[in-house]
Amino acid sequence: MKFLRDMLDKQRPLFEKGGKFEKLHPLFEANETFLFTPGRVTDGPSHVRDGIDLKRMMTVVVVALLPCMAMAMYNTGYQANLAIEGGAAAWAGWQTSVYEALGLPHSSSNFFACLIYGALFFLPIYIMTLAAGGFWEVLFAIVRKHEVNEGFLVTSALFPLVLPPTIPLWQVALGISFGVVLGKEIFGGTGMNIFNPALVARAFLFFAYPAQISGDFVWIAAKTSADGYSGATWLSRVAAEGGGVAVLRENLGWWDAFLGFEPGSMGETSALFCIFGAVVLIATGVGSWRTMAGCLLGSFVLSTLLNLVGSETNLAMNVPFYWHWVIGSFAFATVFMATDPVSSAFTDRGKWIYGAGIGVMGILVRVLNPAYPEGWMLAILFMNMFAPLIDHFIVKANIKRRLARSAA
Amino acid sequence: MDLEHYLSLAVKSIFIENMALAFFLGMCSFLACSKKVDTAIGLGCAVIFVQAITIPLNNLLLNYVLKEGALAWIHPSMEHVDLTFLGFITYIGTIAAMVQIVEMALDRYVPALYSALGVFLPLIAVNCAILAGSLFMVERDYDLADSIVFGFGSGIGWALAIVALAAVREKMRYSNVPASLRGLGMTFMLTGLMAIAFMAFGGIQL
Repeated sequence: MKFLRDMLDKQRPLFEKGGKFEKLHPLFEANETFLFTPGRVTDGPSHVRDGIDLKRMMTVVVVALLPCMAMAMYNTGYQANLAIEGGAAAWAGWQTSVYEALGLPHSSSNFFACLIYGALFFLPIYIMTLAAGGFWEVLFAIVRKHEVNEGFLVTSALFPLVLPPTIPLWQVALGISFGVVLGKEIFGGTGMNIFNPALVARAFLFFAYPAQISGDFVWIAAKTSADGYSGATWLSRVAAEGGGVAVLRENLGWWDAFLGFEPGSMGETSALFCIFGAVVLIATGVGSWRTMAGCLLGSFVLSTLLNLVGSETNLAMNVPFYWHWVIGSFAFATVFMATDPVSSAFTDRGKWIYGAGIGVMGILVRVLNPAYPEGWMLAILFMNMFAPLIDHFIVKANIKRRLARSAA
Repeated sequence: MDLEHYLSLAVKSIFIENMALAFFLGMCSFLACSKKVDTAIGLGCAVIFVQAITIPLNNLLLNYVLKEGALAWIHPSMEHVDLTFLGFITYIGTIAAMVQIVEMALDRYVPALYSALGVFLPLIAVNCAILAGSLFMVERDYDLADSIVFGFGSGIGWALAIVALAAVREKMRYSNVPASLRGLGMTFMLTGLMAIAFMAFGGIQL
């Protein structure tokens, strides 16, 4: 470690005021604080209750995401190989060439082969996200003289996980650029944004290039077609004609859905690993259990209500809550997207309302809006927009209550 | 009649076809009066009030005065009179009168809000969201009951959007927006992002 410290100390003058690379100070600072605890301390008395700072907070989220990332790689390869075994043609891209050049078989039972095949799809998207998003992050840090911080690491870890494996890389770059610049940096950077940047990025791609991020043919990295092997997500099969919850019971099985062996956005499929993430986030106090509980409660109430109403034509209305919780991106959105401490409500009671709102809106879009099979992205963006208003009224109510108490 | 029809009309006018965030109508006051939640609530209420009165009123005027044959109730010989070319001026006249009443009422009873809204209160009269409400009513052939529901719904939708924007802007006082974007520029961006979030409702068939 000493040689690292020495090296940094030697470089420091170059990056400080008047130094040769003064403009690149944010980059130096980012690397230094990543490696070492900063030597600077707060002047005067401070109000520290816990040693948790932004860096630790964000790093915890990235750690909580690691199992989901591993699952993303494995499941992407597994789904692709499964489809190829089922008669689909392999994805015509360099990924397949590399995979076959390595001499690996298209076999869904070969764990490492699936992992590597999936990694060939996931890693380029992840690297592209880091490169394109990191470029904007650093550019803004230099021009606006703030620090590069770990908030971006979280955004860039979340973003690839909510994309389909077949998305073109230039769209990844465009999406994350939109998310980082318009979703976060123009608000002033980490901690000052209103909307979740990863979701802003995805929503932008979703509305700008729907063909590459929705429909039935993008979720599995193989040439799937309507007449051959179906690549539709289970959600759209439920909503389709002759679907309904019976399709899930007969073909998927609850445990497969829970473990995540289903087509979908890369990282969202496994409820199990999302629960692992939830435990980490709640235990470290990074993610709010109130928001998650609110989501569960909201989606439970509305989906049960819709079950009771029932419908002959809209089969998705009959899907019970325990299926809603394991298919699609419910678990991922609840654990990692809704709990973003910056864009969610700040007050404790507000978090309940905010979470419940997401649960209700998500089920509403999923079940009642035929335009989109999945609703959590839009539900969370929608509630992001109302989070400040919820806080506003709760703070006002608190003030009123306390005034009344002190008057009495 | 069927409650379901009115319920779906209300949901449609509040969320799916939100005046501010789906049609981008009434932008001037939407952007200008959204700095504080309290002002926004006041303006929102004024818009709800004006919408809920002018749209049904214009509906009555259309059906009993302006439409071809509408004047037949005066004398059978007036059956062929068609005054629809006077539509715009009539609707605006109704709106201006209503806004004037709201203005005087606020000035008398809520002077604080009156001065906070300033010039934007009389400007409701030329707020495109209000006129658009009446014109949508004509275009979509709403009857009187429909117009009442639509009037309330479109007003509530607009009010909801401006109150949400005001709360976001209050929170954004802690944000560090680039100097060149501060103020209206940022608010425009924010409106765009909010419209993306509102697209959650786009496509719902009612």
